[in-house]
Amino acid sequence: MQFHKYDVLIVGAGGAGMRAAIASATESGATSPRTAVLTKLYPTRSHTGAAQGGMCAALANVEEDNWEWHTFDTVKGGDYLTDQDAAEIMAKEAIDAVLDLEKMGLPFNRTEEGRIDQRRFGGHTRDHGKAAVRRSCYAADRTGHMILQTLYQTCVKHGIEFFNEFYVLDVVLTDTENGPVASGAIAYELATGEIHVFQAKSIVFATGGFGKVFKTTSNAHTLTGDGMGIYFRKGLPLEDMEFYQFHPTGLAGLGILLTEGARGEGAILRNESGERFMERYAPTIKDLAPRDIVARSMVLEVLEGRGAGPEKDYVFLDCTHLGEEVLETKLPDITEFARTYLGIDPVYEPVPVYPTAHYAMGGIPTNVDGEALRDNDTVLPGLYAAGEVACVSVHGSNRLGTNSLLDINVFGRRAGMAAARYAARSEHVELPDDAAETVEGMVQHLRTATGGERVADIRTELQQTMDSNAAVYRTEDTLKQALSDVHALKERYGRVAVQDKGKRFNTDLLEAVELGFLLDLAEALVTTALARKESRGGHAREDYPDRDDVNFMRHSMCYKLLPEQKEENAPLGLTGFTSDIRLDYKPVVFTRYEPMERKY
Amino acid sequence: MASPTPTDTAAHDTSQIPAPEGSITVTVRILRFNPEFDDEPHWESYDVPALPTDRVLNLLINIKSYVDGTLSFRRSCAHGICGSDAMQINGVNRLACKVLIKDLLAKGNKRTTISVAPIKGLPQMKDLYVDMEPFFEAFKAVKPYLIAYGNEPTHERIQSQADRERFDDTTKCILCACCTTSCPVFWSDGSYFGPAAIVNAHRFIFDSRDEGSEERLDILNDTEGVWRCRTTFNCTDACPRGIQVTKAIQEVKQALLFKRV
Ligand SMILES: Cc1cc2nc3c(=O)[nH]c(=O)nc-3n(C[C@H](O)[C@H](O)[C@H](O)COP(=O)(O)OP(=O)(O)OC[C@H]3O[C@@H](n4cnc5c(N)ncnc54)[C@H](O)[C@@H]3O)c2cc1C
Ligand code: SF4
Ligand code: SF4
Ligand code: FES
Repeated sequence: MQFHKYDVLIVGAGGAGMRAAIASATESGATSPRTAVLTKLYPTRSHTGAAQGGMCAALANVEEDNWEWHTFDTVKGGDYLTDQDAAEIMAKEAIDAVLDLEKMGLPFNRTEEGRIDQRRFGGHTRDHGKAAVRRSCYAADRTGHMILQTLYQTCVKHGIEFFNEFYVLDVVLTDTENGPVASGAIAYELATGEIHVFQAKSIVFATGGFGKVFKTTSNAHTLTGDGMGIYFRKGLPLEDMEFYQFHPTGLAGLGILLTEGARGEGAILRNESGERFMERYAPTIKDLAPRDIVARSMVLEVLEGRGAGPEKDYVFLDCTHLGEEVLETKLPDITEFARTYLGIDPVYEPVPVYPTAHYAMGGIPTNVDGEALRDNDTVLPGLYAAGEVACVSVHGSNRLGTNSLLDINVFGRRAGMAAARYAARSEHVELPDDAAETVEGMVQHLRTATGGERVADIRTELQQTMDSNAAVYRTEDTLKQALSDVHALKERYGRVAVQDKGKRFNTDLLEAVELGFLLDLAEALVTTALARKESRGGHAREDYPDRDDVNFMRHSMCYKLLPEQKEENAPLGLTGFTSDIRLDYKPVVFTRYEPMERKY
Repeated sequence: MASPTPTDTAAHDTSQIPAPEGSITVTVRILRFNPEFDDEPHWESYDVPALPTDRVLNLLINIKSYVDGTLSFRRSCAHGICGSDAMQINGVNRLACKVLIKDLLAKGNKRTTISVAPIKGLPQMKDLYVDMEPFFEAFKAVKPYLIAYGNEPTHERIQSQADRERFDDTTKCILCACCTTSCPVFWSDGSYFGPAAIVNAHRFIFDSRDEGSEERLDILNDTEGVWRCRTTFNCTDACPRGIQVTKAIQEVKQALLFKRV
């Protein structure tokens, strides 16, 4: 076991983690806090690099725009579950966030005047819904790639220290008079199998999402929700886990994403007969309605028999009228994805698409400085979260396209600064003696377990049940099915064994650990979805098709009961289930906007 | 645990791998090496079911999942964007998630053997894992970040569309190392920066907003620098992002010769 001591520890090197690291090391005003980044992937492998379409900010470079309109769109897009104070901060700081990236060297596409170019994106409108607005700053269809590269380059410039291929598997909390305080993190080094204890004054979680609970997803194999899982297992809450976004345009059957920027450039969704069906569902902004609405509409087209293909199970994204020039210069990567993976050339043929699991609106609850909360409003000192792992909540029940790249930059920076400033005014907290015990036990157990269950079988079955029962449309029956499947799989997981008993690059063992996080998060998602008897944003219940502001205008807070708490649990009033999850609710923050019916 | 010895295909039980309708059998040969048990790398073969639309990565995942959990390789995005899974596939450097089985099949979907080995020139750590540190060190050595002096502008810097276009190609790099590990000069002398580092230097040298070209060109003029390149185009052929790597290197050489960018 090795021991390290830093002031600020950042877990995750995607956009949120690296933005936090840069803020901690260079912008906080604190005298050079010793900052280290722990990441299970080399920084440039992080899934931020897969983001395509853009990052919104009301720069008004190409047409009239302002941050208040952006705030409104974000709130309405989130079906009014968005915390409005946080959305306002994000929309205001968006402008500097984009300019900061440009100053770091990000090669944005340019207007004829040489300014940052902007394009349309779903749900972003002029003057409270009048028409689509050009707000998304972009670099072709590799905006996320350019953000990830630019932030990494800037980290190299500032000599920020990285521990690459270090898997953080636990956060250490020390009990004090004033309750728990974060004091460190425990990491597993992939190359050697060694356990490392990192003591730090503040720790920022930026570990990304958990799309791998689903089978059809735009997410990377490595997006297994480790940060959320670690937090949850401490008995700490996760917020709004039932809200998982399905992006309308995944390559059919594969889930690989085709950016909404394609529709921003004018591409059109069509059903089998060639009809532009979004005209029926969102007459004003049509194909550029927010994702929840477009995804639901696509599924309805298919369910009502208007799907295309031999199984009538997808619709088309038609880019043929855009012309080769636009596709090759503004959308080159997705053009290549369609060619490579489906053998279809978007220049000449419409592309088969279907919703793909894409983005977690929920996660570790934080305030606007990225401070993690251990209940509805108590800060857990020393612990921060930013990016997809966190729930501020700026996305409410449905995130608008481009608002995540924005989120990771704005709140990554805020969390990094807050963490550095906290470190500057605090002492290291002593680690408990058994700090590494949980991780050592877990690793030791998996290395020696001889049960007959295979990781791949459990993972495949989990993903299948989540796709069938907890995707775009849900009902009480499908969710109960998913919950009982997850419980059965968790039970089998207790007998999981790995073949690789070695120390070097033992990804077999780590995949088993990751599966454990996925199972916990799937249970949280399904349990909160069962309890929310309404339809709102990314959570659509066939049996409760309307939004119910009287009973459900509130965030879900979901706790895993620790073994000693289990007896008290009365799970959801759902007979026939035992659950080790407790639910609570938290009010939504309103500032300017009263909830209205959501029409586009 | 006993060391796995080189085996022929029959010895691996691949029957647990799900075989979807329409799948064919493909033999995957992998240059395996586990430093905890093996003295040196050796080939092992697996007969696995595959759909023509499968990526090579899918086959590796299936072998790991259902045949031998010790098989180790990097992967993340699975669609050619993160640069994790560079490997030699049938002797050429490719991303395993970007090569489809149908493109490797002989005419008439006849039975095929696909051989998979780690990229060359970086130390093999375990199976397809290589040590990426030397690669990233070379990258860092060329100052791959915007260098600008004077006061920061209050708004964005202005850059014309033509100036932006000038370095567009080299911004696509995902640092996968396919190019550098296909370069014969790099194989024979690992101290050569390699094409990937030069591509990333190019990205800034030709960016109109950057003021660090001279520093970078000085570094590249060094003995480990661009002059080692013999213009064999291996790197360009290997790049999964379609970057004109050799052309970028030529442009850097020109900039050095004529002292202007
Ligand atoms: C295909 C695709 C396209 C998208 N396009 C857009 C877009 O155009 N606009 C937009 O706004 N949003 C987009 N999004 C969403 C957005 O890209 C992501 O939500 C965002 O990039 C997440 O960033 P992050 O920093 O939170 O996490 P990630 O970039 O996923 O990074 C997670 C980091 O955590 C590390 N990590 C994870 N677990 C551990 C662990 N246990 N120990 C140590 N390290 C760990 C990983 O190594 C990685 O470095 C897109 C998403 C996808 C999938
Ligand atoms: S062109 Fe130069 S850098 Fe590229 S492979 Fe050949 S020698 Fe190496
Ligand atoms: S230039 Fe191409 S081959 Fe080389 S590292 Fe970059 S993306 Fe990979
Ligand atoms: S897995 Fe990301 S490039 Fe292949």
